[in-house]
Amino acid sequence: MTASTLKMKTLSIVRKQIFIPIAALLILVVFNLIADPSFFKITYSLSSDGSPILSGYLITILDNASELAILAIGMTLVTAASGGQDISVGAAIAISGSVVLRVLCGDNPRPEEMQASILTAFLISCLVSMLFGAFNGTLVAYFNIQPMIATLILYTAGRSIAAWINNNRLPIISDPSFGYFGTFFPGIPIPTPIFIAVLCMLIIALVLKFTTLGLYTQAVGINPNSAKLNGINPQLVKFITYVIMGLCVAVAGFIKVTRFSTINYSVVAADIEMDAILAVALGGNVLSGGRFNMAASILGAYVIQFLTTTLFKFNVSSAALPAYKAVVVIVLVVLSAPAVREKIGKLRKKITASRLGKEAV
Amino acid sequence: MKKLMLTLAVLLLSVTVIFAAGAAEASADDGGLIRVGIINNDPNESGYRTANDSDLKRVFTEENGYDASYYYSLRNDEQIAAAQLFIQDGVDYLLLSAAGTAGWDSVLQDAQNAGIYVILFDRTVDADESLYVAQVVSDTNLQGQTAVDWLASQNLDEYNIIHIQGVMGSSAQIGRTGALNEMVANNDNWNLVTQQTAEWNAETAQQITQAVIDSGEPFNVIYAENDDMARGAVAALDRANISHGVDGDVIIMGFDCNKWALEELLAGRWNYDGQANPFQADTIDGIIKNLEQGIEPESKTIFLEEQGFDATTITQEDVDRYGI
Repeated sequence: MTASTLKMKTLSIVRKQIFIPIAALLILVVFNLIADPSFFKITYSLSSDGSPILSGYLITILDNASELAILAIGMTLVTAASGGQDISVGAAIAISGSVVLRVLCGDNPRPEEMQASILTAFLISCLVSMLFGAFNGTLVAYFNIQPMIATLILYTAGRSIAAWINNNRLPIISDPSFGYFGTFFPGIPIPTPIFIAVLCMLIIALVLKFTTLGLYTQAVGINPNSAKLNGINPQLVKFITYVIMGLCVAVAGFIKVTRFSTINYSVVAADIEMDAILAVALGGNVLSGGRFNMAASILGAYVIQFLTTTLFKFNVSSAALPAYKAVVVIVLVVLSAPAVREKIGKLRKKITASRLGKEAV
Repeated sequence: MKKLMLTLAVLLLSVTVIFAAGAAEASADDGGLIRVGIINNDPNESGYRTANDSDLKRVFTEENGYDASYYYSLRNDEQIAAAQLFIQDGVDYLLLSAAGTAGWDSVLQDAQNAGIYVILFDRTVDADESLYVAQVVSDTNLQGQTAVDWLASQNLDEYNIIHIQGVMGSSAQIGRTGALNEMVANNDNWNLVTQQTAEWNAETAQQITQAVIDSGEPFNVIYAENDDMARGAVAALDRANISHGVDGDVIIMGFDCNKWALEELLAGRWNYDGQANPFQADTIDGIIKNLEQGIEPESKTIFLEEQGFDATTITQEDVDRYGI
């Protein structure tokens, strides 16, 4: 292999969309390796109820990024199809979580035993979340309202709705089997949310591979009119992406409430919509719709959690934490912006061209 | 399409006008009721806030001679905008629980110029005393001091503390942090293993605690500035099989006295919970009734009575009485 083909190869990797989140992840990994290699240590121990568990920063990252990764799936589709973002996901998580608890608790906020099976509660919350997703989708697809404005409604009202569902009471579920979904199943040393996230990724990968969802979404995002001329119903496609977002919200909400077997309506999943949008942006996806790369978005979600956990580890003072995060985010987002990447690509081409020119002389 | 949008816009506008007219009518015939504008934090924020809000709603009713309007937000700028609306609306009293301490001067001045009495409750603001008639507040400094004194009375050889803070800048955070910071600064055997804000969020608190556990640094106290965050920290400890509570390796401290938290104390899984008294409405009611008779409150600042609970002395009676 000659030097130039090698260069071409690296160039093509660099140009790939997924390069940015991978590079960001690598930078964080290298930084942690240099600063403190014990960051990557994973230990095997017993939890207080005697079941074996794995722990360590990496496990923490994978565990806590689960909800964000699942939301990134929905957010990517919504972004690609409608050219806008759903800012109501945090509030919608409060609703879906509240529904789960309401179904399980019935009228008594502190039930001795659950009033319904966990599966029933989960399915009902899926249904409710998809209805709210359909509400957003209708506003965006059929009323042509800007996605951010359309979802602002639920963003504002969602947490109050969540509180209202449970009559503003604080339900707590004491049955330990409910908590298994947000922590560990006895005997399985890996946190359950990781499995749930992986399952969601598998499903979306299969859906994108074997259905036309991905193709249609991109077609509608790039140009709704030409998609229409080709026999795709752009309104329906946009609508469907919001319903899928609703489903993702239900899964994320389910994980959130099972983590502590209770809910706090106003702070559960606070600001998670911003992180989900950030994950899509970090994945190098165009936020105005069109082509998307699902794997890059999901990776973006893990980058965000990696960053959060790294900042916690280095004990950055509370007041300075958002500033650190902002700086890293600005750098990553600017680098992953398509316009900047194009400029960098051109610049690189120029340099190689001039170098080649010199060599020719 | 444009036409449709236009019709929609017109429809929307007309609806707003109708509603606005309805609202104006409603305020016109208040029949001698005292009009109060109440600006509070989101009642869903915590059990404390829910109790606080329902206490206000219990007292400020038409039967008690009040026409009360409520506005809720966790954000200072939104609250200031709402205060301006209430002033324009010409309420008689403005009751305020500020989300943040700063930025209230000019709006409180406006209220004073409009002849509106301002009563602060639950949270103080950074503004001149002359701008409000009274503040009915928790002494968060005292809450912090009581908790830190209790911790000091445990006579540990060494205090290695995981300090989980609330939303930075809120008076509860400032008061509860202050006493601890002072103690740590003055004593060599008091160390902060970490000091981070979890913004009242259990999950963030769990992550902060998990980060310390993963680092392997020793600690023996968790000082969380509310119950939710203490619960998050405890979840991380349970996961790592670290014992806590009475006779445990780690002392757990929380604030706000949620009922479930006091039950944790009763079960010996936590050690201390500091009270934050959410029941201010009766005191405020008394102040307003006096002002209506022309009697100014004796002092500007009225502190509510508050205590701290120890797991070794708490009783079921305390849980029922003080749990919120």
